Amino acid sequence: MNITSILQALYSNPVAQTIRENELLFPWVEAVHVFAIALVFGSIALVDLRLIGIRSLDRPISKVSKELLPITWLAFIVAAITGTILFTSNAVSYSQNFYFLSKLFLLALAGVNMMVFQFIIGRNLERWDNSLQLPLSARLAGFISIALWAGVIICGRWIGFTLEPVLAVS
Amino acid sequence: MRTSLLLSFCSYLENTPLSLAIQDNAWVIPSLQTIHILAIAATLIASLMVNLRLLHLVGNEHSIASVMGRYTPIIWFAIPILFVTGVILVIAEPARSLANSAFQLKMLMLCIVIAITYWLQQVGNKNAFFWDASSHKSSLVPILAVCSIALWIGIVSCGRWIAYT
Repeated sequence: MNITSILQALYSNPVAQTIRENELLFPWVEAVHVFAIALVFGSIALVDLRLIGIRSLDRPISKVSKELLPITWLAFIVAAITGTILFTSNAVSYSQNFYFLSKLFLLALAGVNMMVFQFIIGRNLERWDNSLQLPLSARLAGFISIALWAGVIICGRWIGFTLEPVLAVS
Repeated sequence: MRTSLLLSFCSYLENTPLSLAIQDNAWVIPSLQTIHILAIAATLIASLMVNLRLLHLVGNEHSIASVMGRYTPIIWFAIPILFVTGVILVIAEPARSLANSAFQLKMLMLCIVIAITYWLQQVGNKNAFFWDASSHKSSLVPILAVCSIALWIGIVSCGRWIAYT
């Protein structure tokens, strides 16, 4: 099974068809997607700003991330589900769009950055409970994260201006 | 609301030098919209954290006053950015926005949510014991918090619906 037939199968799945054919559904799914991704960015940015050492210096990173990351994860799940629905509704067009592919690439990099932080740099956040400024590696991880997520939003907005409809592929 | 006065104001705006300049540069609108969304992200999380605290759902180990002190400055920092980028977007495409019912509803909800946010901050500032009071006034607080979350959801949704109305 090659990539075109996979995209074709996605395109013709019943959910994708419903979204495509119903005028109201696509904008509503998009609205939920925008709301969710805004919350992902907003919450993760506050954690990143604490990592970098710009905000919330009066509170340890362990507390800041414990308060905000549950919101990030919940919003990310909603964004991923709505994003998948939006993608399948027009799978072929999106898979040929430069900004869509860039967005996925940046998302993957943000995931790698998060894993590196979670399992290596910031394995034990409590040891920084008494530090105002964190080590360079942690500050760098925060900076990379906020930059990648801003990139995800930039690419996401540009998709809407560059998407070329590919209605049917035979 | 699409009065002839409003429509003629739209066509006046459309022909101003700034509007024409933006229309000639295709990258301006998506760039402004991106900044607008980033500022929305800041406002949403700040407002959500305050409202969740008012509902006793998050951060209960901190006082309401300190949670508001932590997050409301983000809202007042982001709103001018939203206003400036929003105004330029309106100048760029006046008929798409001003005469659009989704835009008009968005502005109405925005005014209400700003009034709620400002009022909650003011009562908290004026009377530090307000949050502890069990009077009828403080039973209004959770209602306002729920309204505020709902209004922000409505504002973001209308923002997206402008493109389809």
